[in-house]
Amino acid sequence: MKKLLIAALAVLISQAALAGVKIEHWISPSGTRVYFIESRVLPMLDVQVDFAAGSMFDPQGKSGLAALTRATLDLGAGQLDETAISEQLADIGANLGGGADTDRASVALRTLSAKDKLEPALDILKNVLHAPRFDTAIFEREKARSIAGLKEAMTRPDSIAGKAFWAAMYPNHPYGRQATPESVAALTREDLVAFYGRYYNATNASITLVGDLSRRDAERIAESIAAGLPKGEAAKLPPPPGTPQGGLTQLPHPAAQAHIYIGLPAIERGNPDFFPLLVGNYTLGGGGFVSRLMKEVRDKRGYAYSVYSYFSPMRQAGPFQIGLQTKRSQAKDAIKVARDVLDGFLQGGPSEEELAAAKANLTGSFPLRLDSNRKLLDNAAVIGFYGLPLDYLDQYQAKVQAVTIADVKRAFARYVRPENLITVTVAAD
Amino acid sequence: MRLKYLLPVLFAAGLSTAALANPFETTLKNGLRIIVKEDHRAPTAVQMVWYRIGSTDEVDGASGVAHVLEHMMFKGTPTVGPGEFNKRVAAAGGRDNAFTSRDYTAYFQQVPKEKLGEMMQLEADRMRHLNVDPKEFAQEIKVVMEERRMRTDDNPQAKLLEQMNAVAFEVHPYRRPVIGWMDDLEAMTAADAKAWYNTWYVPNNAYVVISGDVDHKEVFAQAEKYYGPLAGRTLPARRQQIEPLQEGPRRITVKAPAELPVLIMAYKAPILRDVEKDSEPYALEMLASILDGHDAARFNKKLVREDKVALSVGIDYDNMARGPGLFYLQGTPSEGRTVADLETALRTEIARVQKDGVSEQELKRAKAQLLAGQVYKLDSMFGQAMEIGQTESVGLSYRQLDRMLEKLESVSAAEVQAVARKYFNDDTLTVGILDPQPIDGKPHRPAVATRH
Repeated sequence: MKKLLIAALAVLISQAALAGVKIEHWISPSGTRVYFIESRVLPMLDVQVDFAAGSMFDPQGKSGLAALTRATLDLGAGQLDETAISEQLADIGANLGGGADTDRASVALRTLSAKDKLEPALDILKNVLHAPRFDTAIFEREKARSIAGLKEAMTRPDSIAGKAFWAAMYPNHPYGRQATPESVAALTREDLVAFYGRYYNATNASITLVGDLSRRDAERIAESIAAGLPKGEAAKLPPPPGTPQGGLTQLPHPAAQAHIYIGLPAIERGNPDFFPLLVGNYTLGGGGFVSRLMKEVRDKRGYAYSVYSYFSPMRQAGPFQIGLQTKRSQAKDAIKVARDVLDGFLQGGPSEEELAAAKANLTGSFPLRLDSNRKLLDNAAVIGFYGLPLDYLDQYQAKVQAVTIADVKRAFARYVRPENLITVTVAAD
Repeated sequence: MRLKYLLPVLFAAGLSTAALANPFETTLKNGLRIIVKEDHRAPTAVQMVWYRIGSTDEVDGASGVAHVLEHMMFKGTPTVGPGEFNKRVAAAGGRDNAFTSRDYTAYFQQVPKEKLGEMMQLEADRMRHLNVDPKEFAQEIKVVMEERRMRTDDNPQAKLLEQMNAVAFEVHPYRRPVIGWMDDLEAMTAADAKAWYNTWYVPNNAYVVISGDVDHKEVFAQAEKYYGPLAGRTLPARRQQIEPLQEGPRRITVKAPAELPVLIMAYKAPILRDVEKDSEPYALEMLASILDGHDAARFNKKLVREDKVALSVGIDYDNMARGPGLFYLQGTPSEGRTVADLETALRTEIARVQKDGVSEQELKRAKAQLLAGQVYKLDSMFGQAMEIGQTESVGLSYRQLDRMLEKLESVSAAEVQAVARKYFNDDTLTVGILDPQPIDGKPHRPAVATRH
């Protein structure tokens, strides 16, 4: 009876969401992967172009290059200077955004879909992608701003902790290398031009469109974006990260609160163990206010406002991470509680009741992941960029439902080995 | 449990014909209003319960109690145990949280639409039946102190803003931080929280906003069922304290571990009280957009891009509030430039508006952005519920949102120039400077020194 109910519910959900979640996919004539969701309710369109051009592709000694290339990309292109770009976008109420993370550099346009808005907005987007100027004066200015930002970050306990955590988790992998004021100061305009030339190409790109558009127009727009990019070749990945030696890094800071990170490199995008880890982590520290970490660290002891754990799959093994902040004098106690919770979970896994609660939330909340164009765009872009199966969203609830306690224990035992855990504290007594 | 100085979401609903009646509204016998915005794009729903009570209603020595009570609202009733509220929302596939501002305290759940009734039942229960258990309180107050450390004590900008508000307002309760002074948190008891709850958490001091794939008639029926039986009660009189006229500039400096100095200039500015009769808040809103509405708006174009006197600049002007308003200019000087340079540059830009006004083209651009924003905001169900809730929280009506938009669209360049002349006046100015301190004893570049 219960199974039947769940099945009936799943049908309802998929019907209701069908119009919104059908991802169409094709390869444009110029060789770019395209993902499209038609959504006609609101007169607007989102277009996101993703390149495998994140900081993991920063050449040795040039950390910060990917970020600065992306930051400067839309500050002057073709016939348009930076002022013209901003003013013309504002005149039609369009927004151009995006950014660069470890894996991806993204350029994202949101515009009204009326023709007199859409066409000029797309022209600007194409200019930015096809003909960025990288003007010397603007490059120097953005470099100076970036350096100042990095110096500021080096005074913030959370940033200091984050940087040290990644450096310790990935000692021999680009994920562990981070921009410094010095590395950015050494960058030249030629570095940006070369990085753009290498990575911003049709083969290394995926395009995602969501909104008030026909398939035919989507094909036309995607190809007009792809056709203006050089054919190029896909980014080559470095060897995958190894497993670090576990250890503790303690850094001083005058802050009132200690910032604490515990974790290690775990899984890459598309790894089938993602589902047991996702479901298991819900109980450990992922399930907002109902996780074990929340209960023990916050509710029972009042040690922290925020405490969590998550897996963050990336192109290559991304981290499993526990994070919390607590009054500096009780940092050691808080770490002990968090470690005890983790160790207990690794030994016993979730209870039947916890597993059921995790599944109920992860499957039940599924419609909330898809109830706006913004969320549809984010999902489709990730599916496209990482080459996840097109039916990833359709399969999501079934894969969550299929997870067993044994699956969770096995997956955690494989990816979260206590002897490899990195712990970083900043401002702990 | 979030605490945010919430930004204003000023503008209208009603993209077009969608249904003139939408949002729908009813008032229960106990005084609780139910406002429903139907949006059938996806099978989800949002419930927000807004209480007309915020930190502005606190008294000296008890700052932070509105926010602490917000935390305690998750600690159980006779029928729903401590932590059980979150558990039931999670089991329903929902997400929930809450936030406290100066003017209101609000609670929300985002759920698959089938679960809305259950969420209404849960909120109705804690509207009148909260336990404030001293043992739970003793743990939770520590959590709130950690929250204060995280958000304010270790955040130099937040600390500067906290100090600025304490100086810009001498009398009005907006001078106190929403999260409360640490000493007040140390002194607070479970009885204080309970008294707050008993006084203010009644249906006639609240309203419920629901948006999503729902039928308003069904929602009204469920509201009657769950909220209807709760008893209303007369509220104590509240007196709005009037901030005395500021008659000269004020300046403060805050020292904190950081690399970059920060400058904030806050001018006393009007708040929207009467949608029809007021004109200045609209003009100031458009001025903010002309100065800071996009990357080539005046401030960023001139100060960051052309003159490179600033690494970043920005404006914050919230013209919807129960209390008095401030128009904030803020920025960080570039390497080799001081906060004095930046202050001069900001003043030059303001003087330019005062003397030469703004162009029709700039105004048109700001209006184009405004109108596009009307479409984009409909992408978020939560955003739509927020807009209704915030508008109501300051004593305006969501029914006036379209009219506010029309008023904004009708602002003239002359009106923009006039408000710039009237309100950027040193007599009502408060200047705050973050003077960065080294974290490791190394010397630092000075924030306040004059240029050589």
